[in-house]
Amino acid sequence: MAEKPRIKVPKEAKKGEVVEIKTLLAHPMESGLRKNEAGALVPRKIINRFTCEFNGTLAFACELEPAIAANPYFQFTVRVEESGTFRFTWIDDDGTAITADESITVS
Amino acid sequence: MRLLSRRMALALGIGTAAAFATHHARATPSEADEAIAKFTGGKQPEPGRIAIDLPEIAENGTAVPLIVTVESPMTSGDRITDVLVVADGNPNPRVATFQFTPMSGRAEVATRIRLNATENVIVVARTGDGRFLTARKEVKVTIGGCGG
Repeated sequence: MAEKPRIKVPKEAKKGEVVEIKTLLAHPMESGLRKNEAGALVPRKIINRFTCEFNGTLAFACELEPAIAANPYFQFTVRVEESGTFRFTWIDDDGTAITADESITVS
Repeated sequence: MRLLSRRMALALGIGTAAAFATHHARATPSEADEAIAKFTGGKQPEPGRIAIDLPEIAENGTAVPLIVTVESPMTSGDRITDVLVVADGNPNPRVATFQFTPMSGRAEVATRIRLNATENVIVVARTGDGRFLTARKEVKVTIGGCGG
């Protein structure tokens, strides 16, 4: 995959705090409805699922349709009770999974 | 400088033409209703407790900022589990389904969506005890964003 996803997670938080997470992945989100210069439909190729796990437990997920804009961006929250690692996963229509990890220290 | 601005104008013109050339048939409101009925299992969602933050007018439909907030304590016993977003004038009315968990803290999500034309964005939220809430907002779209 070309570009690393851009992720914002606070480095530290208090136990029980609800932290804000922002993620952005560079991806064209080809809708399957767009025509190229020759007038042929460009085949659909989108990220169809995004998940955020914390220490192995699912915290947030999204099923994406072609109506999610290119370079899919999400902002959401997770309540953290312990230090650990967030794992972010984007699943492409072609079956590729793009993953990224971010850790947080909870006191 | 003059050449550059002419080039830019040309590029802009091509972009606009492409956007218009790729316009597609809108989904009918009944297709949006079908997507919602599939999500709710045919139950009628009740209006309320959902805030949809969208611009009144989107000049460019390719990336319209959307924030959905559902009022909920988000405890394990009283929370929002899933949120469906539908745009009733898009070629495919489904936009996204968000899954919240007891770890979510808040039933709130922000993203950027494609809107084809002036249409309604409809949000349906499922509660942990199997009830459904809904809200809608109309957005006026100047240039449709579903062709890419």
